[in-house]
Amino acid sequence: MRRRHLLGAGLAIAVAGMAGSAMAQSEIKEIKIGEINSYSLLPAFTEPYRKGWQLAAEEINAAGGINGKKLVVISKDDGGKPADAQTAANELVSSENVAMLAGTFLSNIGLAVSDFANQKKVFFLAAEPLTDAITWSKGNRYTFRLRPSNYMQAAMLVEEAAKLPAKRWATIAPNYEYGQSAVAVFKKLMSEKRPDIQWVDEQWPPQGKIDAGPVVQAVAAANPEAILNVTFGADLVKLVREGNTRGLFKGRSVVSFLTGEPEYLDPLKDETPEGWIVTGYPWYDIKTPDHDKFLKAYQAKYKDYPRLGSIVGYQTIKAAAAILAKANSTDPEKLIAATEGLSMPSPFGEITFRKIDHQSTLGAYVGKTALKDGKGVMVNSVYRKGADYLPSDAEVEKLRPKD
Amino acid sequence: MAFYFVQFLTGLASAASLFLVASGLSIIFGVTRIVNFAHGAFYMLGAYVAFTLTERFSGALGFWGGIVVAALIVAIIGVLVEMVLLRRIYHAPELFQLLATFGLTLMVQDIVVMIWGPDDLLGRRAPGFKGAVDFFGQNIPSYDLFLIALSPIVLGILWLLFQRTRWGVLVRAATQDRDMVAALGVNQKWLFTSVFALGVFLAALGGALQIPRDAVHHALDLRIIVEVFVVVVIGGLGSIIGAFVAAVLVSELNAFGILIFPKISIILVFLVMAVVLIVRPWGLFGKPEAAARRTPGLTVTPWRPLTSGERLMSLGALVLAAMMPLFAGNYALTVGSEIAIFVIFAASLHFLMSVGGLASFGHAAYFGLGAYGVAFLAKAAGLPMIASLLLGPVLGLLGAAVFGFFAVQLSGVYFAMLTLAFAQIVWSIAFQWVEVTGGDNGILGVWPERWAASPANFYWLSLGITALVVTVLRVMVFSPFGFALRATRDSPLRSEAIGINGKRVQWTAFVISGTVAGIGGALFAYLKGSVFPDSVGISLSVDALVMVLLGGVETVSGAVIGAIVFKAANIWLVSQTDLSKLVLGGFIVLMVVAFPKGIVGTLETIRNRRRSAEAKKSALVTSRIEAAE
Amino acid sequence: MVPTLLSVEALSKSYGGVHAVRSVSFELRAGEILALIGPNGAGKSTCFDMLNGQNMPDSGRIHLLGEDTVGRKPRAIWRLGVGRTFQITATFPTMTVRENVQVALVSYGRQLFNLWGSTAAYARDEAGRLLDLVGMGAYAERPCGELAYGDLKRLELAIALANQPRLLLMDEPTAGMAPRERIDLMRLTASIAREQAIGVLFTEHDMDVVFEHADRILVLNRGSLIAEGSPEEVRGNPQVRAIYLGEGLVYDARHREGAGA
Repeated sequence: MRRRHLLGAGLAIAVAGMAGSAMAQSEIKEIKIGEINSYSLLPAFTEPYRKGWQLAAEEINAAGGINGKKLVVISKDDGGKPADAQTAANELVSSENVAMLAGTFLSNIGLAVSDFANQKKVFFLAAEPLTDAITWSKGNRYTFRLRPSNYMQAAMLVEEAAKLPAKRWATIAPNYEYGQSAVAVFKKLMSEKRPDIQWVDEQWPPQGKIDAGPVVQAVAAANPEAILNVTFGADLVKLVREGNTRGLFKGRSVVSFLTGEPEYLDPLKDETPEGWIVTGYPWYDIKTPDHDKFLKAYQAKYKDYPRLGSIVGYQTIKAAAAILAKANSTDPEKLIAATEGLSMPSPFGEITFRKIDHQSTLGAYVGKTALKDGKGVMVNSVYRKGADYLPSDAEVEKLRPKD
Repeated sequence: MAFYFVQFLTGLASAASLFLVASGLSIIFGVTRIVNFAHGAFYMLGAYVAFTLTERFSGALGFWGGIVVAALIVAIIGVLVEMVLLRRIYHAPELFQLLATFGLTLMVQDIVVMIWGPDDLLGRRAPGFKGAVDFFGQNIPSYDLFLIALSPIVLGILWLLFQRTRWGVLVRAATQDRDMVAALGVNQKWLFTSVFALGVFLAALGGALQIPRDAVHHALDLRIIVEVFVVVVIGGLGSIIGAFVAAVLVSELNAFGILIFPKISIILVFLVMAVVLIVRPWGLFGKPEAAARRTPGLTVTPWRPLTSGERLMSLGALVLAAMMPLFAGNYALTVGSEIAIFVIFAASLHFLMSVGGLASFGHAAYFGLGAYGVAFLAKAAGLPMIASLLLGPVLGLLGAAVFGFFAVQLSGVYFAMLTLAFAQIVWSIAFQWVEVTGGDNGILGVWPERWAASPANFYWLSLGITALVVTVLRVMVFSPFGFALRATRDSPLRSEAIGINGKRVQWTAFVISGTVAGIGGALFAYLKGSVFPDSVGISLSVDALVMVLLGGVETVSGAVIGAIVFKAANIWLVSQTDLSKLVLGGFIVLMVVAFPKGIVGTLETIRNRRRSAEAKKSALVTSRIEAAE
Repeated sequence: MVPTLLSVEALSKSYGGVHAVRSVSFELRAGEILALIGPNGAGKSTCFDMLNGQNMPDSGRIHLLGEDTVGRKPRAIWRLGVGRTFQITATFPTMTVRENVQVALVSYGRQLFNLWGSTAAYARDEAGRLLDLVGMGAYAERPCGELAYGDLKRLELAIALANQPRLLLMDEPTAGMAPRERIDLMRLTASIAREQAIGVLFTEHDMDVVFEHADRILVLNRGSLIAEGSPEEVRGNPQVRAIYLGEGLVYDARHREGAGA
């Protein structure tokens, strides 16, 4: 967190300070990026993310900055509230004069900032939000997204799930837009590949408030052969515990969104269920030079292993720097032009920001969960390139409103 | 058949923790009349401390000992909180304690992350209760069976405690009639502290017992607190057996509700609470509250309209505020607009809460309805901005008319809880009816038209509407209707005896208040360019309460000052630090202790004291305070 | 012929088999001051609450100013022209003394849903007149919450007079007052009642007050009316004597009973 202004104690002074900083145009010696995320609401996911982008910023400046100018990231907390995220975005743009906005974790906050960016004509690089809407139905020319979307993750999982013999499927998903659209996309893609399967039960526990016992009982009563899980975080922990104790997962295949990410897998410790098909980030298994370099730098700096959030945070700022360097300007139109079709290296290999829908082709690892030394890991992981799991250009054209 | 039985047992197991926490809250409320918002925080602390202890000390003794010791440690923290904080504010206006405990809750959320780190923690399973018991092919976790057995045991112990000990008799007597116990010469301080300790112990025990089932994380408190409020209200405030029955009822509803309506489990309990409160306003096992002997926490200084000098000063402040675009940047102006909108919101709640004596815990419902009204009109119907701004609040009006009709049949905490239930129902609709409301992802692109788009113009628009709304509400306070409303608040008996139809007066006030909140919401939608279920959420309702209480619930202009101070502090802190909750919570707690009458209330007291140097403090007031001691 | 203001016929109410009020009948005329007395639990309050609309009789009829009022709400009965004071005063502590009366006048003038007017200006003089009438004119701008108890009782009387009532229902009007104040308040009430031909029905524990001011007295015991008549008649009634002596209370004008039981 950077506190760039010494504001006096009085609130009146604070307002004056906000006003004053607008006038104090930043010196041309540096380029500022405004970063927003839900640090106080979701520290488990945003702390590694912050470490990631801090590492990236350090590397960039150590290598001479952006075309000789120092990169400064000004970071704000949105407290998990879209309205507060917009206040922060406004402060960054109006007061701090940042060249672009970046970040966000939750889908609704990503959308809120994306809409703000569209209205105020500011470049926005969405880091983590998964919703398909941000690049498709509610996409706009000022917004780009780094992380593989809901659709892409679903498509990667469906590829594996369709190979399973199971015909009776049940779904468990948090009852809000993310859960609902994840289930909808998965069902659609799955039914296309496997018209023979049946959906026998669906459970919609409230996000963050799952009453796992009854949910597990109810799913078990429908006697599915396979289960799709979309819950994560504390809900996932409860679900796994109840499911293990009650034998829900015995003899059933489970396909699960995001569960292979260390953020979600590590808390399960020795209770990690084995054999789930998941998307995730097996940092311990990735043996590419790009990733090695990142891993070494990260571990050297933080004495900790990276989570997926670290990758996203790292790559967000790396991408931002690449964009700014190529555009050699902070004009939003030039930034957009520079980003469309821009390719760059990442710890997962080269990625490209597509011109057609502003989605990056960053992919994800798909593998199976397993237990190793009392900890949950992903095994047999394969990197799936994002580019291979997006619909055809014609379909995307239809999904996205014309700019 | 076996399945339904097992589902029933699962519901019972979920009821156990709910019951422990709810009974604690109920006992505390019964004796001290404090709505302890921090109860969820104590529950969470119980889980965290138990996690640490059970990780540290192995074996069965380590585990079970750790659970109990954790609850004891947290109970000691509770005692400290009671002695250091709550004791100072028992005489503050009703609900002020709610504000203090809310501040505590905010602080605890940040503190646990600082101590235990941000990750979700997975506690150990209970030794001896790791497996499941086979029941006709269905598995029942043995820990569930343990919990099922535990809650009747706790209920029994509490029953014995209250029926068979002198302390218990005192607590029951205090629950029924606080003044009487004071008159009997019982040491109230000690009674309150011990009751608070017991309540916190139960909450912490409930949290500690969850670690074999749940992950320990920093959002546990909010997850449980609302549900616990619901349980306590359904069961009847102050009733332990009521808490037990309601906990079972809520858990079973959940267990079976998901079989039939998997998607509405989220609002089922609120629907049930609303129905219970409408049919049986004091809960299943509660007793109708005896009419208060004295109106709690009302100042003796009567309200008066502004003097001409004060009017001039207000006008000057308004002119000064209107000049802000001349020197302030875009960000400051947008913040200014947001503060202005929250002044409207706070003023609308103030009208209901301070003038009408009806503290709504769900006022965001009408704010949010106004915002969604604008979003529907502007996006779906394509109406121009002026028309949307005018018609959007109508949705708030309609919501207030329907919900208010039922809500004003109740009073006090029950009114608060029914409004909370209604707000949760509205929130759930906004959250889940994705086709219409966009669900969690909201409705985007509700931006102001060109003439109002610049931050300065929008600021002037917001400021103008705010000034208008605040003036109109103020005129209403001193209008015959305002007096009728205050009369109904001060003495329902007397107002009925002079021909005032109190319910109708209150209903009218509710509709006015809801409409004004809707106006705030309508502007908010244009300010943010979007609407999300957040603007109907509990935290926004709590913000409104905080703003009114902070300014001074017994004053006419407290809401305006409270909103400005709170919102400005909030925005500034969120921008400056990740520990905004800790700082804001600490700020609220400090304010509560330093200025128990709120900012404006304290200023007025100082001024009055200065005015009457001879200190003609009435014998009545002094005796009241003494009686309360 | 002085008109009948209130006529009660065979009024009954029981709670769970216990007869609180058993077939009570009486009449009250304009300008008459009628006391309702009886030992604790005799049914005075139940009777009063039924007249006032706070309680629903099981059977019987109540005619107030020619209208059947059984089942009407207190506020509807007030609209008929009935003023009311309470055993424990009920006023509006956050308002000034004058405002307390003004609210009642606002209600009387049917301005309750007037959102825009100024209450301060509404019927200011009329409020002042009523306060002067009860001797509270000097306290008009004082906060009601600061008043001494005796003054609150006077204020209540002023509020009760705001709708130009034909009948005053006063429940223990002098309870909790010093003896001197009791006499003053009842003298005041009686003089207003006589002047404006208002009927007064009151319950009272203080027998001095009762025998000095009541024109007629009704004696209730265990829910039944056991005696009715002028103070002299009632004083001489052996049944009444038995009840009160049985309770250990002596009601002789020369003795003073303590504060209401």
